[in-house]
Amino acid sequence: MTNNANVAAGQQKLRSKKGHERRVNGTIYTVLTVMSIVWLVPFVFLVLQSFRSYKLEKGGMVDYLLPKHFSLDNYAFLFEGSNFFSWLGKALIVALVAAAVAAVLIHLCAKLLDRGEDSHGRRIALIGGSLLAGFVALVAMTMAMQGFTLAGSWKNLAISLLLYALAGWIMARVYLKQDSKLLRTIPGYVLEDKHQGIKKFCAMFAEFGALALIIQCILAPMTMSQYVRWYGNTLTIALFTAVIQTAIVLSVSYSLSRLRFKGRKLIMNVVLILGLFPGFLTMITLYFLLKQLGLTQAGAVPGLILIYCASSGMGYYISKGFFDTIPKSLDESARIDGATRFQVFLKIIMPLAKPIVIYTILMAFMAPWGDYVFASYVAFGHQDGYNVAVGLYNWVNTNDFQNYFTRFCAGGVLVAVPITALFLALQKYYVEGVTGGAVKG
Amino acid sequence: MVDLNYLKMSKPQKFIHNLGKFFMSLPGRIGGGFVKLGRSIGGFFKGIALAIADLFTTFKNGDWKTRLSYLVMGSGSLARGQWGRGLMFFLFQTVFNLYMVNFGMAYLSKLGTLGTVATEKVGRKTVYGDNSFLILLYGVLTLFFVLAFIYTWYMNIKQNRIAQQIEASGRKLKSTKEDLQSLADSQFHKTLLALPTLGVFVFTILPIFFMILVAFTNFDYNHQPPSKLFTWVGFENFKQLLSSGSANYGDTFRQVLFWTLVWAFFATFLNYFLGMFVAIMINKKGIKLKKVWRTILVMTIAIPQFVSLLYVSKMFAADGLINTYLMKWHWISQPIPFWTNPGWARFTIILINIWIGIPYLMLIATGILMNIPADLYESARIDGANAMQMYGKITLPYMLFVTGPYLLTSFTGNINNFNVIFLLSQGKPMGLAGNAGHTDLLITWLYRMTVSDTNYKIAAVIGIMVFVVLAVINLVVYNLIPSVKNEEDFQ
Repeated sequence: MTNNANVAAGQQKLRSKKGHERRVNGTIYTVLTVMSIVWLVPFVFLVLQSFRSYKLEKGGMVDYLLPKHFSLDNYAFLFEGSNFFSWLGKALIVALVAAAVAAVLIHLCAKLLDRGEDSHGRRIALIGGSLLAGFVALVAMTMAMQGFTLAGSWKNLAISLLLYALAGWIMARVYLKQDSKLLRTIPGYVLEDKHQGIKKFCAMFAEFGALALIIQCILAPMTMSQYVRWYGNTLTIALFTAVIQTAIVLSVSYSLSRLRFKGRKLIMNVVLILGLFPGFLTMITLYFLLKQLGLTQAGAVPGLILIYCASSGMGYYISKGFFDTIPKSLDESARIDGATRFQVFLKIIMPLAKPIVIYTILMAFMAPWGDYVFASYVAFGHQDGYNVAVGLYNWVNTNDFQNYFTRFCAGGVLVAVPITALFLALQKYYVEGVTGGAVKG
Repeated sequence: MVDLNYLKMSKPQKFIHNLGKFFMSLPGRIGGGFVKLGRSIGGFFKGIALAIADLFTTFKNGDWKTRLSYLVMGSGSLARGQWGRGLMFFLFQTVFNLYMVNFGMAYLSKLGTLGTVATEKVGRKTVYGDNSFLILLYGVLTLFFVLAFIYTWYMNIKQNRIAQQIEASGRKLKSTKEDLQSLADSQFHKTLLALPTLGVFVFTILPIFFMILVAFTNFDYNHQPPSKLFTWVGFENFKQLLSSGSANYGDTFRQVLFWTLVWAFFATFLNYFLGMFVAIMINKKGIKLKKVWRTILVMTIAIPQFVSLLYVSKMFAADGLINTYLMKWHWISQPIPFWTNPGWARFTIILINIWIGIPYLMLIATGILMNIPADLYESARIDGANAMQMYGKITLPYMLFVTGPYLLTSFTGNINNFNVIFLLSQGKPMGLAGNAGHTDLLITWLYRMTVSDTNYKIAAVIGIMVFVVLAVINLVVYNLIPSVKNEEDFQ
């Protein structure tokens, strides 16, 4: 009897514990759901309002959320007066055809190789030759798309030839180097291993796409609307900043973490002290320095790149913390094998530091999209030198903002979508960098 | 430390005892800091004295190559066949001499007055005079250049002395080729750091020095060179910023400073605890879709702030969505003055900052929570601890210990958090003397002083004040809280 009662009590207890657990989880789910709604609502609103028809409704702030007429008016306004889409379309078509031709040529060339005897020089000659042939054909095509006027076209032809040749050479080298088994796998380049073929084709398409864009920028720059220009400015700044800043940050953090030299502590202390001064204190001096170099107003884009990169060495903390965790014995064994410090840096540390490299690139790339202060000060009212942040901020905060509110929403969406996608794709590295940085201080 | 009396105390007594001990040790620690500072300054001067003495002995014992280097830099190295080094030194000296003669001396000599002759218009002709701005900037640059020259000159002599010793001992000197090769090896740090250091010098150190000096001049809208020169005024600007009175900014400064500190406190600690709380919720066993919750929250980090914050600031405006809907539903009859009432504005800013800040802390806390050894919780559970106790005894101490330095940097960052304030309220509502608003931080006030008021002198003083505040906070935290430094204490 008592035994039974005990069992019953135990079961009761277990059940109540389970019930308690369920209640707790239920509360947590409720809280998280409410939070998610709060977190997402502004962005949903933003997107909704960006689709409000400009012609049929007001472009300013209204007292209802759902647009009565959905339209792309606001987006169309951003591209008004710009041939952006046809421009991009041309480049993409060129890239697509180029990638296809190159793939076919490589395939043929591989077939050819399969029969002949195996010599390294022959392979390179065949692959390089076929790629080059493809490029020449493509140059002609690009020219044709530009309308092929003879005036000045020789210069254009030379430029595009040079670029294509360079790219062909690089690609041939990369493909040859990537894996030594490459030539054995080439016969099935597109056909045999389907997945691999598609993947490689995508890579080629991306390369040719970049190339086609560069060539078009040189040969037939697009006509830009204000917004497209701002976007282009920001993109240019972000790309250059990402590359240069990463190089600087990595070299500073590597030398402070791995190398021991006189003045190392001094440098770290000076940077610590400098970091306590507010960044905008120096604004007028920087403006003057840039003005001396002709890099304000019309030259705002290179000027901003210079400002973002020049002092970026001071932000070495997080990557130094990462380098500190790589065991020193790796360096030492390589040094014993006769590697110089430069080789250790390039061949041993860099491959291991991939997460922090990506983190640094991501941060450096994202920062210029949000900078208002320096961007507006350096551009100093010269509209062509704005970045998106300055341009859109001015749309919202100047007198005419009732006309520009939904346009601001549309412009914001176009900025936010690619940046957010990039960030979410590389989120893993961001978390790694942030957590490491917080723990090490 | 293990005192019987201490062990006998109850908890509150222990706390009071520790607190008392902490404050008792304050003077000693601060004094210790000053002694350390004094020692390092003394060491600095001692080093200079030694270097000067060194110069004399080197000259006395040196051969003609070394002695010639005192006059013509690099000549010793050239004579010894190290033409790479010699050429660098020689070139440096040539450039320095040319710079000083053609450019530097003129500015350096006017640094004391910052120029006396303003640019004027005489009739239709413009007569160019001095320009205080240029004199100050190039004067500072020249000063740095002179210091660099003295240092290089000293290095040049030191190298000669070493080379002489090496020759005397019969070993071979490094050739230029070896010098260059060492740049990729034993001197690799020079290669890596040359460009970043130059960048930091030109774009950070030089401007900061310049602005520090501007704080001691009367450079403002009434003194814009070249037509109106500015000059040294001593501590006049500091007096103006710190003392009360109708012409001074003392009251505004105190209010802005107070709000800056309040803001930084809330922005740091509110986000910290809420973010940790969210992380614990998401990480709890049995909660599904962990990745989805995280991704949703992280959206506010991913989307550029100027988009999200500008939009949210419009949402809270008098004619924004929130107010209009609340009025439609007849919950309120008047729009809530989110941005026009000082109290509301401050509250709204802190509230919206939670939206921006929690995800960041959530990510950090997630990483750290996963590192807490699971057996700690296991043994606590066996001992019968409930969730709150486990949080108070294990999670919180661990988090606080590990993220101590982060809290400090975060507090510093929030004091200088320009974006949130500027994009949300631009410091409004206005109404403080000196063109400051009720939600202005020191840094946004500084920005307005620079950009719209062109009151550079006060901007410079505000900048220095921010530095002082941050330096004091950092020093205090680093010196007085041992747990930040001592990693062994926790285990």
